[in-house]
Amino acid sequence: MKKLRMSKATGINFLTYALVIIAFVVLQVMGNQGMLSSTLKGQLVPICAYVVMALSLNLTVGILGELSLGHAGFMSVGSFAGAVSNVALAASIPDAGLRLAVSMIIAAIFAAIAGVLIGIPVLRLNGDYLAIVTLAFGEIIKSLINNMYIGMDVDGLHASFVQNTLKLEAGGRMILNGPMGIPGIQKTSTFVAGFVLVMIALVVIFNLVGSRSGRAIMALRDNRIAAESVGINVTKYKMMAFVTSAALAGAAGALFAQGQNTIVPSKFDFNTSILILVFVVLGGLGRMWGSIIAAAALTVLPEMLREFADYRMLVYAIVLILVMLITNNPTIKNFFESVLDRIKSGKKAKEGGAEA
Amino acid sequence: MSKANQNYPKPKLVPVPSTNIIPDRDVNQTPILECRHLGIDFGGLSAVADFNMAIGRTEIAGLIGPNGAGKTTVFNLLTKVYQPTRGTILLDGHDTHDMDTAHVNRAGIARTFQNIRLFEKMSVLDNVLVGLHNEMHNGMVSSVLRLPQHWIQEKKARAKALELLSIFDMQDMADAQAGSLPYGAQRRLEIVRALATNPKLLLLDEPAAGMNPSETAELMENIRKIRDTFQIAIMLIEHDMNLVMGVCEGICVLNFGKIIAKGTPEDIQGNPAVIEAYLGKKKED
Repeated sequence: MKKLRMSKATGINFLTYALVIIAFVVLQVMGNQGMLSSTLKGQLVPICAYVVMALSLNLTVGILGELSLGHAGFMSVGSFAGAVSNVALAASIPDAGLRLAVSMIIAAIFAAIAGVLIGIPVLRLNGDYLAIVTLAFGEIIKSLINNMYIGMDVDGLHASFVQNTLKLEAGGRMILNGPMGIPGIQKTSTFVAGFVLVMIALVVIFNLVGSRSGRAIMALRDNRIAAESVGINVTKYKMMAFVTSAALAGAAGALFAQGQNTIVPSKFDFNTSILILVFVVLGGLGRMWGSIIAAAALTVLPEMLREFADYRMLVYAIVLILVMLITNNPTIKNFFESVLDRIKSGKKAKEGGAEA
Repeated sequence: MSKANQNYPKPKLVPVPSTNIIPDRDVNQTPILECRHLGIDFGGLSAVADFNMAIGRTEIAGLIGPNGAGKTTVFNLLTKVYQPTRGTILLDGHDTHDMDTAHVNRAGIARTFQNIRLFEKMSVLDNVLVGLHNEMHNGMVSSVLRLPQHWIQEKKARAKALELLSIFDMQDMADAQAGSLPYGAQRRLEIVRALATNPKLLLLDEPAAGMNPSETAELMENIRKIRDTFQIAIMLIEHDMNLVMGVCEGICVLNFGKIIAKGTPEDIQGNPAVIEAYLGKKKED
């Protein structure tokens, strides 16, 4: 009986881990065999980054139950923190893999700090108000980085919000150049690193959700007044979910940035926030495997639709609408549920446990 | 009765339990809850005024009154969902003026809601585990890294939750989604969740609403059982007079935000002010 009790949520978690591992192995083998097109190969790292973005946003939207429209802001903080540390640490940490890991941690820390700073005012609000304010903060982050200049010389890093005021020593170089972003990033991100980050994100989210803290977060989502009435500290647990989500987004940003040649602040705008939200909604709120599939599919889709040329985004939109309609169609839902029930009842009959 | 109201600042220990129900009741102990001149205004309208009351450590008290009398408002004041405009609430002798809802719960008041407020998308077991939140002591890090501490706490809490569910014989529903339970079971689950927070005082807001007579009779048994097992005070709002008269040892009647009568069920049943509040004044001609 006890085994059965644990099985539903943990079962889905293990299936999700399995899904990611199988996808990784298949893609890795296909890549080695030369079965992947070069465009798809180039998409592998961004896919991983967007999967982690979707997972982290799902923590805020699906588990905490607060709509955030500025998630790309945290990705942006992570991207630039990660890319700057990649350049800055190039001399001291020559090993690319280790440097990537360190830069991801730095990115996660910076994004978490941004999460705390934004969370303090934002998490006092609820619902629509919170959504609008996160939107505003996403734009603020974009503007800040748009006007930020970071350079490095023998003395270390220099930062300024005014152009040409850094006064770098001879031999110094600009890293982040305002709206021009960071050009010439050394690509350290690999598919393996992306896979590891996805797995870490899954472990963090699943282990958090299936714990005392995660239950407190979900209780806040389901009924805030009731959660307070059983002694749950609202601010603490809202903040915990929000900051964890921001930190994961930061790490994803670092992964993303170091897979690109150039990153510019305007990449992480409102559209990107909405795109990530689309992954989450399409995959299902609180459903992590859904986020993974939606993020991966919708990142690849525009590339696959290249043959439609000018009609690409039109087809993309139509596919999106169709998927939404089909996944919410009651007939199709019932069909899948009945199949699932049959599988479950078969399992239960085997174990001999008749549960009401 | 109305004279007793004016007896403050030294509040009488009311509702008084009838001594022949539980003879060894210690009246000299600090009452678990004491309200002095409690009041709240909503935009100039006084919803509750001069509410004085004390409840002993293991008493079952009833709070009754016609619709709109301010009963739920009193509960919301006690649990700090509303901040009182006037007056003091002493919980186990401690002033609660600087506490918020969560603090009040940790200090010992747990409640259920008139319109059920469960964590609907979570399982029955998880609802109770949320109630056990402050009984567990592992943080986020030990949970994410699944340190031994996490498993120890988790195992202990699960056993406790199932034990609590068994009060209402609900342990077999542990896996069901809370929102999918039948109405009566949802009410019972709310009580279990409140009990999980290890309260000293349990506030039940219309626990029998929507229950049929046999369910109500069972609930009565369970309310007594809860008091006897956990040795806590219980205060309930209820419209079902059979339940109120059957289970409460003291009753407080509220009308238009004011206490109009306090006493044992027998006192209340014969009190003309109460009859008037419920049925209206007899026309004198």
